[in-house]
This record gives sequence, C-alpha cells and structure tokens, in this order.
Amino acid sequence: MEYIDYYKVLGVGEKATQEEIKKAYRKLARKLHPDLNPNDKEAHKKFQQINEANEVLSDPEKRKKYDQYGKDWQHAEAYENARQSQGSSAYSGASGFQGEQGFGGGFGEDDFSDFFSSMFGGSGGRTRGGRSQVRFKGQDYNAELHLNLLDAYTTHKQTLTVNGKNIRITIPAGVENGQTIKIKGYGGPGVNGGPAGDLYIKFVIANNTAFKRLGNDLYGTMDLDLYTAMLGGELTIETLNGKVKLPVKPETQNGTKIRLKGKGFPIYKNEGQFGDLFITFSIKLPTNLTEKQKQLFTELARS
Amino acid sequence: MEKQDLISTDELCAQYQVEYSFIDGLQEHGLLKITTIKETRCVPTDSLADLERFIRLHYEMDINLEGIEAINHLLHRVEEMQHQLNQVHNRLRLYEE
Repeated sequence: MEYIDYYKVLGVGEKATQEEIKKAYRKLARKLHPDLNPNDKEAHKKFQQINEANEVLSDPEKRKKYDQYGKDWQHAEAYENARQSQGSSAYSGASGFQGEQGFGGGFGEDDFSDFFSSMFGGSGGRTRGGRSQVRFKGQDYNAELHLNLLDAYTTHKQTLTVNGKNIRITIPAGVENGQTIKIKGYGGPGVNGGPAGDLYIKFVIANNTAFKRLGNDLYGTMDLDLYTAMLGGELTIETLNGKVKLPVKPETQNGTKIRLKGKGFPIYKNEGQFGDLFITFSIKLPTNLTEKQKQLFTELARS
Repeated sequence: MEKQDLISTDELCAQYQVEYSFIDGLQEHGLLKITTIKETRCVPTDSLADLERFIRLHYEMDINLEGIEAINHLLHRVEEMQHQLNQVHNRLRLYEE
C-alpha cells in the first residue's frame, strides 16, 4: 500500500484554503467526470482519485488527520484510539458517513484506495457542494459477456450472475463484437419507490472459426490445387452451417473471390436471414515434381 | 405509452430536490420531453438516466443549461464516434492475422 499525496492529486499546495480545494476539485471534475468521459476507464480511474482526494481534503477532520499522519498512516489507528479515549466526538470513523455514493454516482466502497480505507475506514461519500445527492432511479450496472463467434451464430439463452442475482437472457443470433444491449430493470434497486436501474451488457466476441467476420458477412480463404484451378472441378467447403459444394470454373486465377449468398452470419434480430460468405482462392503450386512432371511442364511452357 | 412508464414532475422535483424551473429549462432546451396527462406533467421513466446526468452537471459541476445542451450534443457525437470506432476496429480484424 502506497502513501497518496492528495494535495498533488488535486494540484494544490498544503496550505490551500477550502475554497481553493473546492475550485481545484471542480475544475478537475469537469475534465474527468464519468458523465463527460463515457466508456473511458482511464478517466474514470483518475476521477476516483480526485474524488478521494477531495473527500479527505474538503473535510476538516479528515484533512487534519491526513496532515498529521498521512505519511505515517500506519499510526492513524493509534491516533484514533487516543482521541476517543479523550472523549472526542468530532470524528467517529467511517460509520459516520453512510450510504451516499460519491460525486457523480455509482461509486461504492471498492472505489476508494487501500490507503484511504486504512486511514478512514470503508467508504467515503459525504455530501458535496452543500447539496445532498439524492438517488431515485437504481444504479445502472455494466457487464461484459464473452462469447465465441460460434455462440453468436445461433440464438441461445444464457444465465448470468450479476451482483449475486441470476438473470436468464436470450442472446439473439448475429450479435456484434462490442455491441451493448440494455436489459431494463436489472440494475440496482430504486430508492423511495424509484425504478430499478438497467443492466448494460457488452459483448466481447472471440473468433474461434477459420472465417473472419465483417458485419453479417464472413470471409475465408481456400487452397486450390493448380490442376483444379486450370481445368475446373468441384470443391466442398465447410461453412458454419454445414458443408457446401462449390463448382470451380476452369482457369480460375489466384486470388479469385467468390460469393456464397446467404451462407454468412445471421442478421441480428432478422430471423432466418443471413449475410454472405466470401471465399478467396489461394492456388497452391505443386512441389517435389517428378522428372515426368517437369517434362510435361516444359512441354506446356513451349506450347 | 402506459401510465407506469411516466413519472410526474412533482415527484421528480421532490425526489431529486430540484426546482421546477430546472425541469422547465431542460424542456425548453429540448433536453427533456414532458407529457401532460390529465393536467399532470410527466416525464418518461426512460429519461431518468439522462435527467440524473443533467442534475449532476448542473448542481455538482455548476454547468448552466446552455452548457448542458452543448455537452449533451457532444456526448451524442462521442457515442456515435465510439460506435463508428467499434465498427472500424471490427473491420480491422479482417486484415489482421
């Protein structure tokens, strides 16, 4: 656990007034607040740091304790005991601060550093700016669901455990990597009769197939021997939906791309509709030629 | 829209401890849709997440309604761009080994 210089975090001097601390915090909050930096984990992390610094420095009691014992945080508990034995009631540890989530909402105990927890107990979360932050709608939850491309190929049900609660969801075929869906009412409970928050699930799809996906289309490469490429023939291709026979035209060039209509990926929420499958031929030249084959190629070259 | 999907502005102001003028201002700036049912002004519950964000911007970061309007517009742009970026990222995977 490392000592955190809260003054440095807020960019103020150790003699800064409450007004200067408030100003510095607000300036940084306007830059790093999660509301202004959607899906930016780095900004979110920095915001938690300034939130924590403000939590300590804007509270005279906490600031006093931090100033006195910050670098020797291990002795903070002794300080606490000494104060209590003197009958002081000015600071009563974490139990004095309840419930309210940090600036911007959505911050729980886990959002405070070990250093903070060690000195001040679990959660922070005082009222800020002279106005208590009132929650009504429950907190929105965010989760990531990792799937394989083959899983995303069919509509299927999955049971997720979010905050100890099992949720059975239907994942429609064709869901896209990075796509987020909202499940209404599966977030945190509302307060004072407010509606529950929502659950946002982001899909992270790993490709475990030989094909590459672009939207609803699939792309693949198929090796083709020289003779079939020259004379034509038939190939069998393994698609995600079974085997398909594919005629090869005579004199097929290397890099030729063919389209298999409707053999691609399912179209999201369009049951029974599929994108296309594109196959690019990669012609493989024969190796380890026999003398006879060399002779024949020589003849071909002269003809 | 069913009745249970709406919440009265009276309740909103009480729950969030905000002034009516703030809610009116959001409506005037096109940031919040207010429907009147039997003389009760209501907001769709689907708008609560946006409303909470506007409240935080205004009351905790001292941003006025004009600023919130501009931020809201930019956040939509950011959202669109993140969507486009995701599409480009997925397209890039096509060319990566």
